[in-house]
Amino acid sequence: MPIAVFLALQFLREGKAASGLVVAAVGVGVSVIVFLSALISGLQTSLIEKTLGSQAHVVVRPPEERARAVRGSAEGELVASNEQRPAQRVRSIVGWQRIMSELAADPAVEVVTPVVSGPGFAVRGTASKSVAVLGVDISSYVRVVEIDDRLQAGTLPRSGAEAAIGSELAADLGIELGDKLRLQAAGGRTELFTVSGVFRLGNREVDQRWVLVTLRSGQTLLDLVGGASSLELRIREVFSADRTAEYIVARTGLVAESWMSTNAELLTALRSQSASSVLIQVFVVLAVSIGIASVLVVSVVQKRREIGILRAMGLSRGRTTMVFLVQGGVLGLLGSVVGVSAGIAVAIAFRGAAVDARGEPLFPIEVEPTLALTSAAIAIATGLVAAVLPAIRAGRLDPAVAIRHD
Amino acid sequence: MTDAVLDLQGVTKDFGDEVVTHVLKGIDLRIEAGELTALVGPSGSGKSTLLNLLGLLDRPTSGVLRVLGRDIAALDDTGLTELRGRSIGFVFQFHHLLPALSAIQNVMLPLSIAQGRTTAEHRALALEGLREVGLAERADERTMRLSGGQQQRVAIARALIGRPPLVLADEPTGNLDTATADEVFELLRGFNRRAKMAFLIVTHSPELAARCDRIVTLVDGRIVEDRAVRH
Repeated sequence: MPIAVFLALQFLREGKAASGLVVAAVGVGVSVIVFLSALISGLQTSLIEKTLGSQAHVVVRPPEERARAVRGSAEGELVASNEQRPAQRVRSIVGWQRIMSELAADPAVEVVTPVVSGPGFAVRGTASKSVAVLGVDISSYVRVVEIDDRLQAGTLPRSGAEAAIGSELAADLGIELGDKLRLQAAGGRTELFTVSGVFRLGNREVDQRWVLVTLRSGQTLLDLVGGASSLELRIREVFSADRTAEYIVARTGLVAESWMSTNAELLTALRSQSASSVLIQVFVVLAVSIGIASVLVVSVVQKRREIGILRAMGLSRGRTTMVFLVQGGVLGLLGSVVGVSAGIAVAIAFRGAAVDARGEPLFPIEVEPTLALTSAAIAIATGLVAAVLPAIRAGRLDPAVAIRHD
Repeated sequence: MTDAVLDLQGVTKDFGDEVVTHVLKGIDLRIEAGELTALVGPSGSGKSTLLNLLGLLDRPTSGVLRVLGRDIAALDDTGLTELRGRSIGFVFQFHHLLPALSAIQNVMLPLSIAQGRTTAEHRALALEGLREVGLAERADERTMRLSGGQQQRVAIARALIGRPPLVLADEPTGNLDTATADEVFELLRGFNRRAKMAFLIVTHSPELAARCDRIVTLVDGRIVEDRAVRH
């Protein structure tokens, strides 16, 4: 065994009480880091999943319609005009099949699906509710919005005569699977559908208003035959949605909105949460390093005589320094083992306590191996860094003075 | 003339910057291999300072100090540490054992420090060293559980394990009762005779000094007497 490691371990063993307290302190610090990171990561994953559960990462729409000023004036004559913003109607993206193929070929894009959507009314008996009609290509749409995983009952529409509706809408209209539902589009077209499924996306607005039909039925109902009012994308990197949207705008001249711009407040909240978590972790690391450093500083003072004897016996300055660095590293290592174990235990206990009415966890809280390893690495590095000053001090001790101080 | 283990020529040592204290005032001293020398003198005469210089724990202010023929002025701190570890064994008045270690771990330290690692061979040699001082059966005891005399014997085993050419002993029996002091001195003399190691023993005891081969008397930073002892 290297002499520095041997002496470091013996010194730590000699000061069992102090070493134990430092290991406990490092353990508490590491467990806070592990638990807090797992908690915040789980919370954020859950929030993002819920947010993206009912929307695409990027939605591409046709550009807004603008009023055109028709000027019949003679050349050189100035005419004042007052242009009013026209009401936006449901329109198709011109050449959407070509654009969809181009977007699908982009390596950043995972899947693209055409959607035709517009306002309408769902009528059952004398009751009617304002709804959003979505005509979708079911096979690709479920890869963008995982609605098939959130079906409460039945199936998504398999034919043009079927529709799936939100759970709140089903409750409002008293609809069950197999019931008939009349949909009336804003343009006046009316179609009768059989309700094949009821979904719950966890977003009240969506669950109250969405009616899902096949793309072709949607096109017919919304009077947009062969068209697609939007292209919805799922991309590979969720947090690069902004950049992808900007790229699409620049490339196609269409309007592209990312989930990040439509949920800016949520993202700000998540970033603030992450920043406060990092701040807490920084202070924990500081406290831990001060704890380790103070114990080692005291140890150097207490062991002046021993250090002097070891130096007199030929232990070099470098190895003397190493003895205390190793002590810092070992304290960090032991503390990280205690801390990671405690952090995992607290996370498991919390997961058991934070459950909804059905006993399901409110959000996932997992201690990933990378988080455990990173926390351990931080603790060991903190131990080493905290030991630097005491170690240098030990290395600089004059053996003659140290022995004389006995 | 035999080889000199230690050779001092005009060595001085001063302390202080503004108010300078001249502790050693021109020491000339030569110690040959296998000599058993007593260094005596009243308190404050500079014995400990001289011992620190001889043990390479400090450097002289002026003069030449050679250890095993090497002028220490030419050595940097690392060279000094290496020469000290290889050539000099220390026995202190208060034994200065490491309480964190067992007796055998204390004894094997000089070998492990010299090689940079602990090995099974060091442990075997340390056990042999403890056997030589009669403490093999207490090898794994913490040193604080040993008596004063036993601790000093462990310290002697530690100082001698590497068979250094020079052993410096600072009041090795100063803290022991008469009978134990006698035992410890005989132990030192036995090693001196068998292994031909040079011993320089600092002592206040005239009886102990009289049992050495040579007595060097230091007074007020100067050697005032250097005589051989006839037995």
